[in-house]
Amino acid sequence: MKICVLVKQVPDAAVEKRVDSGSGRLDRSGETNLNPFDTHAIEAAMQVKEGGKADVEEIVAVTMGPDNAQRALHKAVSLGADRSVHLSDAALAGSDVCATGYALARVLESESPDLVLLGQQSDDGECYTIGAVVADHLKMPSLTQVIKMDVGDGSLRCERQAEYGYDTVDVALPAVISVGDAINEPRYPSLKAIMGAKKKQLDKKAISDLGIEADRVGADGSRTSVEAINPPPAKQAGEIIEDEDTNQTVEKIVAWLDERKLLA
Amino acid sequence: MAVAPIEFRPPVDSVKEFIGPPQDSEEEQIDVGVAIVGGGPAGLSCAIRLSHLLETEPKLSESLGEVPVALVEKGRNAGSHLMSGAVMRPSAMQELFPDLDPSDWPFAFGKVEKDAVYFMTKRGRIPLKPTPPPFRNEGNHVISIAQLGRFLAEKAEEAGVYVLSETAATKLLVEDDVVRGVRTGDKGRGREGEELSNFEPGTEVTARATVLAEGTQGHLAGAAIRHFDLGSDDPPQWELGVKEVWEVPKPLDRVIHTLGWPLRFSPKYREFGGSWIYPMGEDKISIGFVTGLDYRDATFSVHDVLQEFKTHRFVRGLLEGGKRVGWGAKTIPSGGYWAMPDKLWAPGLAIAGDSASMVNVPVLKGVHYAMHAGIYAAEAIFEQLKRAEGTVTDLSAYDERVRGSAIDKEIYRSRNMRQVFSKGFFAGGALANLMEISGGRFPGGHFQTENDAEVDVFVGNRSKSYPKPDGNLTFDKLSSVFLSGNATRDDAPNHIRIQEQVPLEVALMWQNMCPAAVYQVPEEVLEEAEQNGGLKSMEGRTVDVQVTPSNCVQCGAITAKGGRLTPPEGGDGPNYQLA
Amino acid sequence: MSGILTYALHYENEVNKNSLGAVSEAAKLAKEIGGEAHAVVVGEAVSDGLCQSLGAYGASKVYRAQAPEGLAQPVVDVMAKLISDHGYSYALFGGGLLGFEIGAGLTARLNAGVTMEVTEVKAVAGKLVAVRPILQDSAVVDSGYVSEPGIIIGRLNAFEADASSNGASADVEDVEVELSEWSTKATMVTRGEQRGAEVNIEDADTLVAGGRGLGKADGFAELCEPLAQALGGAVAATRAVVDAGWYSYSAQIGQTGKTVAPKLYLAAGISGAIQHKVGMQAAENIVAINKDPNAPIFEFSDLGVVGDLNKIMPKLTEAVKAKKGG
Repeated sequence: MKICVLVKQVPDAAVEKRVDSGSGRLDRSGETNLNPFDTHAIEAAMQVKEGGKADVEEIVAVTMGPDNAQRALHKAVSLGADRSVHLSDAALAGSDVCATGYALARVLESESPDLVLLGQQSDDGECYTIGAVVADHLKMPSLTQVIKMDVGDGSLRCERQAEYGYDTVDVALPAVISVGDAINEPRYPSLKAIMGAKKKQLDKKAISDLGIEADRVGADGSRTSVEAINPPPAKQAGEIIEDEDTNQTVEKIVAWLDERKLLA
Repeated sequence: MAVAPIEFRPPVDSVKEFIGPPQDSEEEQIDVGVAIVGGGPAGLSCAIRLSHLLETEPKLSESLGEVPVALVEKGRNAGSHLMSGAVMRPSAMQELFPDLDPSDWPFAFGKVEKDAVYFMTKRGRIPLKPTPPPFRNEGNHVISIAQLGRFLAEKAEEAGVYVLSETAATKLLVEDDVVRGVRTGDKGRGREGEELSNFEPGTEVTARATVLAEGTQGHLAGAAIRHFDLGSDDPPQWELGVKEVWEVPKPLDRVIHTLGWPLRFSPKYREFGGSWIYPMGEDKISIGFVTGLDYRDATFSVHDVLQEFKTHRFVRGLLEGGKRVGWGAKTIPSGGYWAMPDKLWAPGLAIAGDSASMVNVPVLKGVHYAMHAGIYAAEAIFEQLKRAEGTVTDLSAYDERVRGSAIDKEIYRSRNMRQVFSKGFFAGGALANLMEISGGRFPGGHFQTENDAEVDVFVGNRSKSYPKPDGNLTFDKLSSVFLSGNATRDDAPNHIRIQEQVPLEVALMWQNMCPAAVYQVPEEVLEEAEQNGGLKSMEGRTVDVQVTPSNCVQCGAITAKGGRLTPPEGGDGPNYQLA
Repeated sequence: MSGILTYALHYENEVNKNSLGAVSEAAKLAKEIGGEAHAVVVGEAVSDGLCQSLGAYGASKVYRAQAPEGLAQPVVDVMAKLISDHGYSYALFGGGLLGFEIGAGLTARLNAGVTMEVTEVKAVAGKLVAVRPILQDSAVVDSGYVSEPGIIIGRLNAFEADASSNGASADVEDVEVELSEWSTKATMVTRGEQRGAEVNIEDADTLVAGGRGLGKADGFAELCEPLAQALGGAVAATRAVVDAGWYSYSAQIGQTGKTVAPKLYLAAGISGAIQHKVGMQAAENIVAINKDPNAPIFEFSDLGVVGDLNKIMPKLTEAVKAKKGG
């Protein structure tokens, strides 16, 4: 079985991000690291490999991004991936969800994986469920928010959280599974693995290597456009009640809640 | 009644706990050529210089194995734990990168054009003209040390150094009284130190030479100095600096230092320090307040004094219309010449930078000294590696280099200036002035440094004048910790060693001292005090200190004041960007 | 024909409330930009009544397709066909897992632009612009579409259900759709399993959160849990009280805990430090009870009550119960 893990390099969540005062655009110059949700995906891949129920020949980390995205790949490899693939091309800059999904699908196609794993969302909040986009291109079944995954014979039994509770779904392989952070506790890489990561095979690809059409990616190939970035709508100053007569106070609170249909 | 925190030290035997022989098998160990602990200016300069030198001796480089030079850094990235003003002398950068023009330094914000020193009063300021010599910064550069760390790390990696961030060095490997390397920290332990499901033990990294460049309060450096008896008779001393970075609409045109308000002058309080306000390019300002940790009022809080300082009309005007975009805190070793270790090396070991107190506090310089020291260490190690196989046992040449250099000379000149301020601002100031004018010769002699933890504390009333945080100009500690990028997991083991049952004065002192609100006097006690005539009346009462270790930004103040900071899990703590 | 096609999720013969919100929103928007607002329901044995009921929320027509329930990819097949056949300009989804999955699949299938976690939709010059927050809600982006269809996926509770349209029942049209080969590769084994005691606070509509101000661990059992029960919600906690061992880590909200966006967040004895705020600031209605009038939480609460929570909460619990009818 070959497992591909899609990873993304994202800005560090704890570092406050700003809209750059000069350009009016998101300041992306800050720190980046591997999307924490993706570490769960790598861990899931490792657990399939070590679980003994499937014969995993290799785990390949795949990413699309500028040069610094290599860091995500090094981290993925230090966590257990055998090698990595880096799709990097100036033509991809500014790609929206549609363009990104298309490009990633092309890379994955070239690898012919039996299972694609990824984190269900990225820390930069840019996109949720890119896995579902990619799966449609790959013509594979897809499931997101998966918090438990057991490998069977040519299929997976997954548990995922949905609107009405937990669903148990059987999925035939090959498939694309987006995992939630509740699925596992990612391991820490050993120092040896970290130091060895740079030596593992890393293939850099341009869009021409994968038959990615330039007019379907990048800012020009994107189907959405950023019209404006604004500060959030000014929150109306909240009401304050000083409690003197508690019965009255409670009445006011209930009335307030009722007005807003919160007591349905 | 006044108590000194030193009476309440936690049980920590640094030599026993943090030094020991290698124990792992060879397969488990990682063998490198040279191991450097600390991704700051000293460590990274050492790594870069060493790599450049090794390039000239390919056979030697090969003999060092797959990893000739490895550097471990406990922060998320090199630079995440670096904080300073800072105005840097360009000499070390010029030596390491002679072909790089300062205008191309990505971490620098331009040469100092103008400088000014103000003596602050509550409502105004008195310019000290001409600018007193220690504060003249012509030819120096305003930098962000957090960005310097990142720049140097990039250069180090380009030169082939293995920069291993998120990796703490928790133990010094010593065998037959020779340093063999370091052990890195465990990851994945729980609150009580138990192994969690993803527990990953640390690794023993063996090397032919080890450089400790851990910065202020060096964890292993402190243990090594004790074990190998490298220390001087004078104890180290520290200042605590709290800093903010602001985006401002009006550019600042000069490097400013201030003395005076809001510090109190009486020797009863022993408040020594001042502020800096530096322009960072056209649109940002670095502003910070520094105070010696030998102050006596338990309600003194450097963070809150900085907030108070910003309310001064002049400072407020500089920040008008601006927005706070960064915050950080860190201690500065201020013992100077007398507190520097008598010996900077031991077999297999060299100590460089702040870990060896190489800071000239009266002139506020240390970054370039650290870099030069790192370079000297690299050169001395290189020479020894060429000489013989096996561990480098004699690094006396490194020590000699440092002593014969500007580092030693300049720090010697300032050797007594800081200590005299224990006599209060005016007496101290007068003495310091005389020393300055006389180039350190008069008054000469040896003014001993004092252990900060030996200074007794009492409950004073400093906190009365702290402004209430308004979220615009002034800020509370928790939101500041948030801004530092600290998102340490809550179930991490407690890395702070203190005695948790101490007299109220000590607990209160820690609560106020810590810029990150790690220590708290229990609420019940505070409430009781409110009802019964104030905290002063409860001096001497024993209280249980509450500790929230995940807030910690690893400034090191607790170690100066009776406790002990040990390195938490690699990657934890702040992630300074512009500090 | 322009127009908006909205997906209506249903379960056990009831339409999901976020879908009802989306249907209402589509009706509102369709009026502004022209075109019809239609809906689509996919499942097995979907009743006429259920489909028709969407008329009250503004859908003039509802398509019904027969396919396995609770899975996204069959719906992608259905909606892709409808959109291609009828040329809808926009596809709209209410918050919730399936909406994201279906919308994402359609993005690929139709080579379309998609905006996720949308909090507001604006009509500008006959086109729709989706507004979504970024940077931990500290900025909002206006996202436009350069081609049709545009796919809009709302954040949970972003769209308000409005059952006052027409009152008429919607026309129901059955459609036959051939499912893609891969849409049949996932099979539902068990759907909607409730996991008893383990309430997932991220899904709760209402949260009663307790902080240090509760004074003691018992505050949770005595004050928070009864109130949460009365309101039909779950209990959450701050880092400080979890640290002190008063409540379980699984209920922790904040920077190092969970991030939630319920309809109602009632914070009892919580000061509102930023580490906590970032975990709950997207809540629609924030009510705070704290005895300290200077607590930062009052700066961003919608209703702030300065008082003793020990007095207020028990009475509030009773009053809520009475209002809801015992």
